[in-house]
Amino acid sequence: MKSKKSRENGTFWLFVMPALFAFCMVQIVPMIMGIYYSFTDWSASAQAKINFVGLANYAKAFQDPTFLHSAQITTIYTIASIILVNLIGFGLALLVTSKIKARNFARAAFFLPNVIGGIILGYIWQFLFNNLFPEIAGALGLTKVLWLANPDLALGALIIVNAWQYSGYIMMIYIAGIQNVPNELLEAAKIDGANAWHRFKSITIPMIMPSFTISLFLTLTNSFKQFDVNISLTGPGPAKLYMGKLINGTELLAQNISNTSLVGRDTALAQSKAIIFFVVLVVFSLIQVRITSRKEVEL
Amino acid sequence: MTNKKNRNNIIASIITIIIALLFLFPLFMVLINASKTNSAITLTPLKMPDNWALLFKNIKTIWFDPNVGYQKALFSSFFVTTMSLTLITICSAMAAWAIQRSQSKKSTFFYMMFVAAMVIPFQVVMFPLVRWFNVLGSFLHVQLLRSYIGILIAYLGFGCSLSIFMFHGFVKSIPIGIEEAAEIDGASRPKVFFSIILPILKPTVVTVIILNGIWIWNDYLLPFLVLGKGSPVQTIPLAVANFAGAFLKQWDLMMAAILLALIPIVIVFVSLQKHIIKGMVDGSIK
Repeated sequence: MKSKKSRENGTFWLFVMPALFAFCMVQIVPMIMGIYYSFTDWSASAQAKINFVGLANYAKAFQDPTFLHSAQITTIYTIASIILVNLIGFGLALLVTSKIKARNFARAAFFLPNVIGGIILGYIWQFLFNNLFPEIAGALGLTKVLWLANPDLALGALIIVNAWQYSGYIMMIYIAGIQNVPNELLEAAKIDGANAWHRFKSITIPMIMPSFTISLFLTLTNSFKQFDVNISLTGPGPAKLYMGKLINGTELLAQNISNTSLVGRDTALAQSKAIIFFVVLVVFSLIQVRITSRKEVEL
Repeated sequence: MTNKKNRNNIIASIITIIIALLFLFPLFMVLINASKTNSAITLTPLKMPDNWALLFKNIKTIWFDPNVGYQKALFSSFFVTTMSLTLITICSAMAAWAIQRSQSKKSTFFYMMFVAAMVIPFQVVMFPLVRWFNVLGSFLHVQLLRSYIGILIAYLGFGCSLSIFMFHGFVKSIPIGIEEAAEIDGASRPKVFFSIILPILKPTVVTVIILNGIWIWNDYLLPFLVLGKGSPVQTIPLAVANFAGAFLKQWDLMMAAILLALIPIVIVFVSLQKHIIKGMVDGSIK
């Protein structure tokens, strides 16, 4: 009996070890190092001595205009993306769950941008914004606008690309929700005299609240962490005056963190920004899930 | 009544198709502009190409250009993706099964740790990771940066959290009785896993492969940090980004490079559409 037990224990370690080893090497150890480095003057270069500096990096992060600006535009970007992606995603879901022709083709077309990498998408849209849109505007007799040359419009461009990339994905989550609404319930309401709008408002919407929770959570975290499209579509972006300093106009938080180390060479500061980023992300997600899940109904 | 319904249906169909074509428009623009000269792109980006033969000429330029190294990048992307997926699938399924079946304090602790790590953004660990790989690599005399081995360990470590979570949920639903029956027949624990459990896990294996495959194939930041610019190992997103850095104004070649990068993933998507959409949505709902 005892030998079986120890044999099972042996199997346990044998089976858990490969994943656990890699997991500790790339997540746990760097996480602990990262928290430690955020309290030091680490610069990532081959440095002899690392000094403990307490909360200095965090204080510096909160006074860094580039970081505050990134936090501000990331908030705008995230809120606008959440609204736009969910509106479009939900609208598309309603369209393709009705009994129309070509709905399978449409679903695939809406979903396709999701499987293409953000880096590639960014370059495609850079071409559209720089070459194509001025051409279309010219053909329509409108003034040619260079979207990516203006910090505010460039942020708008990022939001548009996010909506294009992500709506099809969110659409699929809403489709799953809509298909879960029991048909008997809708039929019963119809017999009781509820019109289409009432059935939609009083049955479909409450029944798909779980899909809203998931979709809002996904759009929130994905938009907040946006990096790839930001890098390839706008890069640091056109310069902009902020708090009396000339800074990069379209640097979202994830890009600001990496530029702080790769360009600014202040990796300890980047590390403290990353930890602030992490804490804010967790807090926002928890608040959001708490608010929307309260509105869910049990059948 | 039916007539009105029919008409509404047709209108809705037309609207849907127009929106769908609008979604595909950017990709279509890549295709037509990849078959033009640079000046034609700048002057008439909307026009259909005069000569489709230019498409093959531009693609050929990119395919053979030593600065892009597209063939090598295609191989590297393919190799990194398939190897990572194999490692992630087998190691995560093994760990999830062992953890779920053991029901001890340590297994609960490990499970919580794997799952909790899903909320950590990459930004928190990326710089220490490079430093750690550097230190660990020189300690073990293994090159972890700018090499395949390092990036495979990294993808296993980052990919296993979600995968273990998904396998764990499925293992829970497999009755333990079939394992006990096999053990009475004399099968060892590893044999029980590989010949009985793993085949049952197949639907989750498909989901895990799709979720991780799309992520790894398209990933930019991790290869950028672990492989780095100009290292012998380059994935496609890295190669395209490098090329763009140098040739951004040469839109004819840029378009051909983008098109080449799009082709593999679009082919895979079109042929495995149903599985991919289902897998990606399942992964997020859980």
